[in-house]
Amino acid sequence: MKIAVCIKQVPGTAQVEIDEKTGVLKRDGVESKMNPYDLYAMETALRFKYDYGAPVDVITMGPPQCEAIVREAFMMGVDRGIILSDRKFGGADVLATAYALSQGIRKAGNYDLIICGKQTTDGDTAQVGSELAEFLNIPHVTNVCRVLKVEEKSITVDLDLPMHIETAAIQFPCLITVEKGIFEPRLPSFKLKLATADRKIEWLALKDLDDRNEMHYGLNGSPTQVKRIFPPESHSERDMWKGSASELSDRLFEMLKDKKFLQQAR
Amino acid sequence: MPQIIINQTQVKDPQSLIALCPFDALEYMDGILSINSGCRMCRLCIKNGPAGVFEYVEDVRPSVDKSLWHGIAVFADQTGGQIHPVTWELLGKAAELAAKVNQPVYCLLAGHNVTTAAPGILEYGPDEVYVYDMPELEHYRIEPYSAVFEDFINKVKPSVVLVGGTSVGRSLAPRVAARFRTGLTADCTMLDIRPNTDLDQIRPAYGGNIMAHINTPNHRPQFATVRYKIFSAPEKIAHPKGRIIKCEIAPAKLVSAIKVLEVKPKRREVGIEDAEVIVVAGRGLKKQEDMAMIQKLATVLDGRVASTRSLIEAGWTDPKQQIGLSGRTVKPKLIITCGVSGAIQFVAGMNNSELIVAINEDEKASIFKIAHIGIVGDMYQIVPALINKITAYKASGNDNPAECLLACGGKV
Repeated sequence: MKIAVCIKQVPGTAQVEIDEKTGVLKRDGVESKMNPYDLYAMETALRFKYDYGAPVDVITMGPPQCEAIVREAFMMGVDRGIILSDRKFGGADVLATAYALSQGIRKAGNYDLIICGKQTTDGDTAQVGSELAEFLNIPHVTNVCRVLKVEEKSITVDLDLPMHIETAAIQFPCLITVEKGIFEPRLPSFKLKLATADRKIEWLALKDLDDRNEMHYGLNGSPTQVKRIFPPESHSERDMWKGSASELSDRLFEMLKDKKFLQQAR
Repeated sequence: MPQIIINQTQVKDPQSLIALCPFDALEYMDGILSINSGCRMCRLCIKNGPAGVFEYVEDVRPSVDKSLWHGIAVFADQTGGQIHPVTWELLGKAAELAAKVNQPVYCLLAGHNVTTAAPGILEYGPDEVYVYDMPELEHYRIEPYSAVFEDFINKVKPSVVLVGGTSVGRSLAPRVAARFRTGLTADCTMLDIRPNTDLDQIRPAYGGNIMAHINTPNHRPQFATVRYKIFSAPEKIAHPKGRIIKCEIAPAKLVSAIKVLEVKPKRREVGIEDAEVIVVAGRGLKKQEDMAMIQKLATVLDGRVASTRSLIEAGWTDPKQQIGLSGRTVKPKLIITCGVSGAIQFVAGMNNSELIVAINEDEKASIFKIAHIGIVGDMYQIVPALINKITAYKASGNDNPAECLLACGGKV
């Protein structure tokens, strides 16, 4: 069994601010880190590595600085790191990101299992995994909360759905996205840090991929366009209500209804 | 995006062509002249180079013919034939959008033994419901469901596709969007449509710390997912005029590498940390029996009861229900505090809640400093009156208990 884990470098905090005048995200001075949800995906893969001897690769797309999270992955026990980095990959939306990752994965090897985290903390879409599976033409399941069995040709997992737990067996090759808390992620090991300090990372640019049409990548390959970003409305206003009990309860009822806290059965 | 393209057949003397570029952006390798990332689009190569080699192209992307894509489609999210109420909300929004551009609303219903649910869907106003009712669709599995979705889109060619942000929708919508190489905007909180059928989509990012306005200007269909309880469900129509269209697809297209082995109902105790709505009792509560009133309010709001430390110490509530520094930290969508003074130890455990409503008799209570809505009054009068209003309101629309159950338990 060969496993690839998709990881991403994200801003270290979700407390981002927008420059009110320019509408641009203030990124200055914001530290980067590995997307926390990816730690669970990586931990799942590493359990398989130690239980079944499966080699684990990580793949990421981003600017050269994202080497840091691949190094971090090495410190946890990952065997091989691949970085998709090219100016032409920049500005990618979900489709262009998933497409570039699919091209990178095809180049990197034949994997039986691809594991993604539930979502990232910056884009927050939880959709790259599903689109990646489509581009790789393999089945996928989301919301994996437990691994029951790993066999030669399939994996059996529990899916955490809103009202049910569904048990499903999926044949390899396939892609799964895992829930936070599936396993407790390990900490980076200092021993592995020393042992992997010189390990080579494989860099892939547009010219290294099978599909070199730049219109399929980055901003060019993104069907969605961000017109504008702006801060959300805040509840910062304080409102004091006074009056008779029936006035106050009426007003509270209407407010709860407006804000959809009352679901009328239909 | 404008581009410079090179007609390779016209390339005669590559070295002299390379010299044309002041930014060294021209490269000659393996018999091919190419432009690298150094290009500043100064166009000196076109101006000074031999005719026919370099060409400036305004936009090389083929633009989509928007008139070929018509109508707003909604995916009916169902489990075991029960339609998830987010579907009604999407049908309501779809009707609103469709009216603006004078186009029809379509609905896709896929599953096994689901045909009987189609007339109920028509009551929410779509012009046509396309039904794929096949045994292969009994469980949601990605390959058959995306095959059906693809078939449906090829049939009706909708301009917009709306999918509920449920666990099924969030797995299926991206898969189908990728199949059509088109854009998908997740978890939209606002949707509008322009006369040219471009969808204006607004969604939160960075955990809700910023909002983004997104368009899909040159691709069709335009996919958007919306979570439950973002839009409002429309009133039911007494005499629906829509049509039900039965669809077939070759079973060979519904093969899956996924085998669903078991589906177990989930019986999970929701802790106060996971609750979306919390009602808190504080020291203003006069006796233990009055907890019933607080519990009743929490029940009609589908929420949970919590309390301050003083009531735990009095033994009126369970320590698992305590909010504050020595208890749990909560961040619900709505928190209503009843007779809570607002000591700093308590406030620290709940002041990140999205909407804080405080009821207290004492106008000077410190809870009012952090409440978004402060209600100065007697909870013993306000709370029972509020419970009665909510109960009456809920009962007025209650003609389908099964759906009611889904609406209450199926929060996504």
